[in-house]
Amino acid sequence: MNDDAAIDGVSKSDWTRGGDRIVFQRCVACRHTWYFRREFCPQCGDQGPATHTSAGAGTVHATTLVQRAPSDEFRAAAPYRIVLVDVAEGFRMMGHGDAALAIGDAVRGRVRTIAGRKMPFFDKGTDES
Amino acid sequence: MSYVIGSGLTRYGRHEGRGTLDLMSTATDLALANAGLERGAIDGLVCGYSTTLPHLMLATVFAEHFGLAPRYAHAVQLGGATGFALVMLAHLLVESGAAERVLVVGAENRMTGQSRDSAIQVLAQVGHPDYEVPLGPTIPAYYGLVASRYMHEFGSTETDLAELAVAMRRHAALHDGAQFRTPIGVADVLASRPIAAPLKMLDCCPVSDGGCAFVISAAAEGPNPVRIGAAAQHHNAQHVSAAPSLTACGAGACAARALDAAGRTLADVEHAAIYDSFTITLTMLLEEIGFAPRGRAGALARDGHFDRDGAMPLNLHGGLLSYGHCGVGGAMAHLAETHLQMTGRAGARQARRAGIALLHGDGGVLSSHVSLVLEAA
Repeated sequence: MNDDAAIDGVSKSDWTRGGDRIVFQRCVACRHTWYFRREFCPQCGDQGPATHTSAGAGTVHATTLVQRAPSDEFRAAAPYRIVLVDVAEGFRMMGHGDAALAIGDAVRGRVRTIAGRKMPFFDKGTDES
Repeated sequence: MSYVIGSGLTRYGRHEGRGTLDLMSTATDLALANAGLERGAIDGLVCGYSTTLPHLMLATVFAEHFGLAPRYAHAVQLGGATGFALVMLAHLLVESGAAERVLVVGAENRMTGQSRDSAIQVLAQVGHPDYEVPLGPTIPAYYGLVASRYMHEFGSTETDLAELAVAMRRHAALHDGAQFRTPIGVADVLASRPIAAPLKMLDCCPVSDGGCAFVISAAAEGPNPVRIGAAAQHHNAQHVSAAPSLTACGAGACAARALDAAGRTLADVEHAAIYDSFTITLTMLLEEIGFAPRGRAGALARDGHFDRDGAMPLNLHGGLLSYGHCGVGGAMAHLAETHLQMTGRAGARQARRAGIALLHGDGGVLSSHVSLVLEAA
């Protein structure tokens, strides 16, 4: 289930080339799994990694509540929670999160618009996706 | 062999109207005077970067400005680890014979040379440009993430972290070059403005103007030589999203390699100078290197363990947290203080014993590490 064809044509500003989906890569040769898009496997060097869509389920690994925002666009959204999530498919990613999230919480992620941009957002909800 | 034979440190804080090259020049003047040398004695130059003076060739720019004619020169970029990486490089350069006396210099008007938002946004760029920075994190947010995990795994509390800020401020009170000298207590740290939970304003180092410079020589010359016993580096993933562990940063193995190369162990160390961009940074580095058991750095600080007359004097100038942080020069101030301590010139701050020192710095979000072992010449 290589999603590269679907991803072509989606602008880079959309979450990062997955559009409204969270995507990751896996090496077809060594099965190494990672998040930051590349044209090769950083573990074995294979040149043909596959891009997959994540179901978005994961566990909160770390969390912070940002009160001092870096710019005007984010000041309007502050305070906002940023989380690192261990996603079930085997990679870790950063996203915004519901204000009440804590380490160890089971979460589900989706792409949503925050501070005028699309970005990944995690909450405990399973009824809205 | 290589030796620190001169150091120069400006006060940190506000230097209105003075630019990067001005502060580099002042620090260099002080270092040359301390070594008893004229500028013509310098044949190597390594420097860092400046966010207020971005340039492809800062070393050459400074050599021309100050009037140096080095036969070896370039700049290095390794975030907060740059200062100690420069010292390691100078050590390797004089040992290789590429230069006899290397000037190491870092300075920046980071506080008055740009807006506060600009400084915060520039520093946040150590995050991933596509996957992290667009989410609106800050450097405190990256370290806030790390702190949440570290506290979860090892039981450190916000009060434990606060104890380190209190200790650094206690030390800074005795240094008239420190940016913040008014004593604070744990309650002040806990009540300070929230920045990126669990980190509050007083858990974070300030943004400062300032500069620091050293002369590293192949010879134990001049009035104040201190020997560089060994140096080591360790490098992790650059980005927190890609780090296999947020809590095992490699500082322990890095410091152990430096000590081993110097023929020493941690038990030999009499003086510590450890990077403290945030209270969590200092906590993690102290505990991973082995200066404190896991989760105990704050309690040791409260008991005076890291004070001038304690078992392991630490950052007696006040560290980044209270002396200040001007970028590349930030951690260099730790070495300037260590140089004073090891040569018995620290005045009211002088520790009883400072014959063997371990210094450790990190850059990014615990991404790059440098350890230095210094010994009495």
